[in-house]
Amino acid sequence: MALDKPYLDVPGTIIFDAEQSRKGYHLNQFCMSLMKAENRARFKAHERAYLDEWPMTEEQKLAVLARDLNRCMAAGGNIYFLAKIGATDGLSFQQMAGSMTGMTEDEYRAMMVGGGRSVTGNRFVGEDGDAQPQHQPQGKAGKKEST
Amino acid sequence: MARITASVYTSHVPAIGAALDLGKSDEPYWQPVFKGYEFSKQWMKDNQPDVIFLVYNDHATAFSLDMIPTFAIGTAAEFAIADEGWGPRPVPKVIGHPALASHIAQSVIQQDFDLTIVNKMDVDHGLTVPLSLMCGVKDPVKDAWPCPVIPFAVNVVQYPVPSGQRCFNLGKAIAKAVESFDEDLNVHIWGTGGMSHQLQGPRAGLINKEFDNAFLDQLIANPADAAAIPHIDYVREAGSEGIELVMWLIARGAMKDIANHTVSARARHRFYHVPASNTAVGHLILENT
Repeated sequence: MALDKPYLDVPGTIIFDAEQSRKGYHLNQFCMSLMKAENRARFKAHERAYLDEWPMTEEQKLAVLARDLNRCMAAGGNIYFLAKIGATDGLSFQQMAGSMTGMTEDEYRAMMVGGGRSVTGNRFVGEDGDAQPQHQPQGKAGKKEST
Repeated sequence: MARITASVYTSHVPAIGAALDLGKSDEPYWQPVFKGYEFSKQWMKDNQPDVIFLVYNDHATAFSLDMIPTFAIGTAAEFAIADEGWGPRPVPKVIGHPALASHIAQSVIQQDFDLTIVNKMDVDHGLTVPLSLMCGVKDPVKDAWPCPVIPFAVNVVQYPVPSGQRCFNLGKAIAKAVESFDEDLNVHIWGTGGMSHQLQGPRAGLINKEFDNAFLDQLIANPADAAAIPHIDYVREAGSEGIELVMWLIARGAMKDIANHTVSARARHRFYHVPASNTAVGHLILENT
């Protein structure tokens, strides 16, 4: 019998459950290795070679090289683990979170100062809020594409 | 006999720690956050506990995917400050209380909660940011935290996380455990994390003031109802990382009014602010009467 996963219809959200964790085990453990300064230095010096030391999928490696955190999440990454890549790059958590929305750093920061993203229209897939698939990427990047 | 006299609830946003460590607390962005803790710092001085039982979550720091304990109690004599990738926070190391911690572990396991006992663990911002907010800036070498701390880590990283109801019941068991410790100790229990926030995906940056304030109301007046909130409601209403709020229910479950309906918990301080980085900051102090 299938497990109950009531969280699959939340837009713009991947819940890190046992299945994601299984898929992302080596990706997340690679991230964990970046907690050590010498590993950060080795990774930065030759990213592909460092990634090749890990039994990660090609998609996971490419997602890391592209610094595409949404792709990393889809491949089983967890944000607290992926944050180690951002720390290695000298990014703040706000810069990392913002990068997943398509907004610029300033746009995302302004949204937070303005009270954050509204939950209206963003509770269920199929509504019309700004986190819905039809409204990606957000911010100026999205406007440019639609005009 | 040891007793729990108060509970403290607060967000543990890492950027708050960074703002304090980098001397940015007077900047206009941060001023309103720290203003909300002015009362609390004085309250801590006036009501200094002998031990803090601090409920928090580890953020892929001490626990990688090698081991994922649902509930882990720190029984060590001391805990080092973790390097989370930006270098360790410049704050004093955390002194534990092994005697009370191992007493609580034994009692709570016998009350059917399967705790993981941790004798060696570094502690991350989840634990140190609440200490900084409540105790103020401390020199890592010359200063010390005001009292020993028992770290209690809850898995809220990999689903399924423990339900609010289980956390609430665990709080009751912890209160019983504390009361059966012979030494006369004044214990605070802190629940940390939250409030509404989401750190991932196109929905990152979600904030829900209505949910947060209703949660604060409920936590004070109808905690059993707050305990009944299912996991999916936190995700949908408060963002994927808003699930951290279940940790507040452990502290709330340990208050005297839960086991004894003839008394009530007194709210001494309540504070709410948006934003700190990606997160809504919520804070509450409840005293046993």
